[in-house]
Amino acid sequence: MAVKSQEERPISSEEDILTVRNSVKRVTALLNFSLVNQTKIISAASELARNTLEHGKGGRSIIQLINDPDRVGIRIIFEDKGPGIADISQALEDGFTSGRGMGLGLGGAKRLMDDFQIESKENEGTTVTVTKWLEKN
Amino acid sequence: MPKETAVPLHAIISDSRDDILKEWIKAQLDDTSRSQAVPDASIKASSTEFFKLFERAISNGNISDIDRSEWEEVRHMLSDLSASRATQGSTPSETARFIFSMKQPLFARLTKDKSGPDAGAAVWELSLLLDKLGLYTTETFQKTRESIIKRQQKEMMEMSTPVIKVWDGLLAVPLIGTLDSARTQIVMETLLQKIIDTGSKLAILDITGVPTVDTQTAQHLMKTVSATRLMGAECIISGIRPQIAQTIVHLGIDINDIVTKASMADAIKEALARGGWTFEKQAENN
Repeated sequence: MAVKSQEERPISSEEDILTVRNSVKRVTALLNFSLVNQTKIISAASELARNTLEHGKGGRSIIQLINDPDRVGIRIIFEDKGPGIADISQALEDGFTSGRGMGLGLGGAKRLMDDFQIESKENEGTTVTVTKWLEKN
Repeated sequence: MPKETAVPLHAIISDSRDDILKEWIKAQLDDTSRSQAVPDASIKASSTEFFKLFERAISNGNISDIDRSEWEEVRHMLSDLSASRATQGSTPSETARFIFSMKQPLFARLTKDKSGPDAGAAVWELSLLLDKLGLYTTETFQKTRESIIKRQQKEMMEMSTPVIKVWDGLLAVPLIGTLDSARTQIVMETLLQKIIDTGSKLAILDITGVPTVDTQTAQHLMKTVSATRLMGAECIISGIRPQIAQTIVHLGIDINDIVTKASMADAIKEALARGGWTFEKQAENN
């Protein structure tokens, strides 16, 4: 797998979530994802960016255009240096929230994307990496 | 290394300062691709000022690291310049050419006055320096543009959301743009007030113009629906596009107790039927 291009967006305010969403939208449109998949990816990015902002106290996102011999894809990495997640499997459960949200963001983002990875250390931060592939035909 | 070549570089520049400046300004004014966003007088003024600061910074001997304090004035002036040009409507390349057009007159002096093996090295170093300054200019330009975009996004979010009376007892709210908490608050307040004012029993929230529905947006919608219920009115959410429907399902958002319709027309039809209205198409006369 090779990274063809990437861009970095800071996440430190509500407006930055919009910017991330717009960048993701541009990349998914560029890759010619179907409208449904574009919407899924944008929504997942929106959830994760909001987590970075609200739970991670801000951080950054890296939006990558990646390719394999037989497929292309988008990978988005969300990084924060926030308090971290003590119990990841609990955080992934639907309905669990440490804030005021619905508690569906993390699990929802996982369902919306093809690949989902989360790494977190308490008091050090959290990194979430999500990928969606598009088969070449 | 930089110090060895920087001293003669400075000497060369101060020797023919006026000529270089004149040529540089002329190059900028003669540039055919120049838009008319920046007036001639301001080009002259900013070039003269920049050159003065540039010369002072170079005289300190460091021409490789523009992050250092001796370049602070130059950086400051460049940020101001590109920021003001960004708002005036110059193009990014035009703004970058402000720096890049300096290369020609400067390099001409370097190679003329100083032949020998060192000339190439000096040109290279100066070129690197000017590239850095040029990039710095474009970056600031970009930042200013981004802040303009951010401000506009904010303004768009703050655009008032109208609550329309569609029929007796029926209100409609076409939501357009991102639904954040501040916006939801405005929508909710106007809607609830209008429900009292008109004595409406039904409200249609149309989300055709909402680009992304994530859990936060859904939560905001549900809050609005709940508040409307507390007022004794009902809500129908319309304008749910296929891709939004699938996303909501994947996210796992439970909207079972909310009436939803694909289009505003369906919602109006449903609402009027509930109100006991029936419609029939009049037979045509011929």
